[in-house]
Amino acid sequence: MRNIKPELGGFFQRDRSWHPPAFAPGYKSTVVRSPQRAPIAFSHTLSEITGPVFGHSMLGELDNDLTVNFARPGESAIGPRIIVYGKVLDENARPVPNVLVEFWQANAGGRYRHKKDGYLAPLDPNFGGCGRTVTDEDGNYWFRTVQPGAYPWPNGINDWRPAHIHFSIFGHGFVQRLITQMYFEGDPMIWRCPIVRTIPDKRAIETLIAKLDMESTVPMDARAYKFDIVLRGRRQTMFENKLEGN
Amino acid sequence: MVQPLPRLKETPSQTAGPYVHIGLTPNYCEIGGVYPEDLGIRMVNEKTKGERITVKMRIFDGTGSVIKDAVIEIWQADADGLYNSPSEPRGKADPNFTGWGRQASDEEGVFTFETIKPGRVPFPDGRLQAPHISLWIVARGINLGLQTRMYFGDEEKANAEDPILTRLEHQNRVPTLIAPRSGNTYHFDIHLQGEKETVFFDV
Ligand SMILES: [Fe+2]
Repeated sequence: MRNIKPELGGFFQRDRSWHPPAFAPGYKSTVVRSPQRAPIAFSHTLSEITGPVFGHSMLGELDNDLTVNFARPGESAIGPRIIVYGKVLDENARPVPNVLVEFWQANAGGRYRHKKDGYLAPLDPNFGGCGRTVTDEDGNYWFRTVQPGAYPWPNGINDWRPAHIHFSIFGHGFVQRLITQMYFEGDPMIWRCPIVRTIPDKRAIETLIAKLDMESTVPMDARAYKFDIVLRGRRQTMFENKLEGN
Repeated sequence: MVQPLPRLKETPSQTAGPYVHIGLTPNYCEIGGVYPEDLGIRMVNEKTKGERITVKMRIFDGTGSVIKDAVIEIWQADADGLYNSPSEPRGKADPNFTGWGRQASDEEGVFTFETIKPGRVPFPDGRLQAPHISLWIVARGINLGLQTRMYFGDEEKANAEDPILTRLEHQNRVPTLIAPRSGNTYHFDIHLQGEKETVFFDV
């Protein structure tokens, strides 16, 4: 493994206007779950600057292949076969290696393997819906899955989620922790979705839409979608330079 | 000193949604056989140094109801105040303590962490912070993971000089961050809204 200098700086302040606000009544669940007082800022301490880092050794062989990681031997999940890949960068545009990326999704019919999901679409006996991987030295990740279906959800009387994959991303500091959702280029449901629309800036929403990438498509096997992720970046300050010199 | 500005925008957050357990704790929600066990459920082993404690947390929404569909992650120092992280510059932390935990709640909405009491960690100016655990909370209806801290009820002296607790403008809100102790268990109730709203951090 490449010898990476430990990262000791605090992080750039989070631009909260780029993220969805806590209270976004178009998404009704936020109404009683949104803190009403302003969150309080303080300069980062080691508690914020450090964080758990996971190695590739934690991964099982099938962890990044949702088409088979829950399937019976010799079988695989039903649905359009796709590869999702991209790079995890920080706000300084530097690749972030050794980042645990976890993902979960509905099956091709839009049904989750969860006791609280009662949607009419059937479960696929060969699809669990979760996977994970760790970024390589250049911040790259990839996984194989089936394209999830859109599904209706109780919010308005006729609200539907666009096809999406949920992502959980670790950085190297605990305050880089991020959960988001990836959407698919060309899906007309994206701009109708109350959850998507909790994000105030259209340009921010566009960064969540993965592009079809025919160059990376595997012929006769799976189409590829590219989704890059940006985590918070670290500042360089006198204080941290001094620490590094010790 | 000139601070360079960030060149890229952080990826915007989206809610973890109602099925977050499929992704983060699949064994908990009956998706077995994909991972040997859920990540983060074991923080300690027989060799971990420090005082064994149990931390029980609950989350209440604005109606006073307990939330049962959340995930809480915690991050804390070892018994000597060192973090098990490559970004820890002061030395090697206890290799038998991960410092990181992740839990879903039981049917009553209680999140249980078996861990150790952390040591004190310095503030950037060199003063010591009181022992604390950092929290990150995600769930349906939470658009951006909530960040807060839990301090220990039996650390009155350290809490009274903690650089963050003492600087809170509304001192009557400090108790929202302090977990009382009974036996070896600390109870931490988190209120998302209302009179007892927990202090959340923008860090
Ligand atoms: Fe979803």
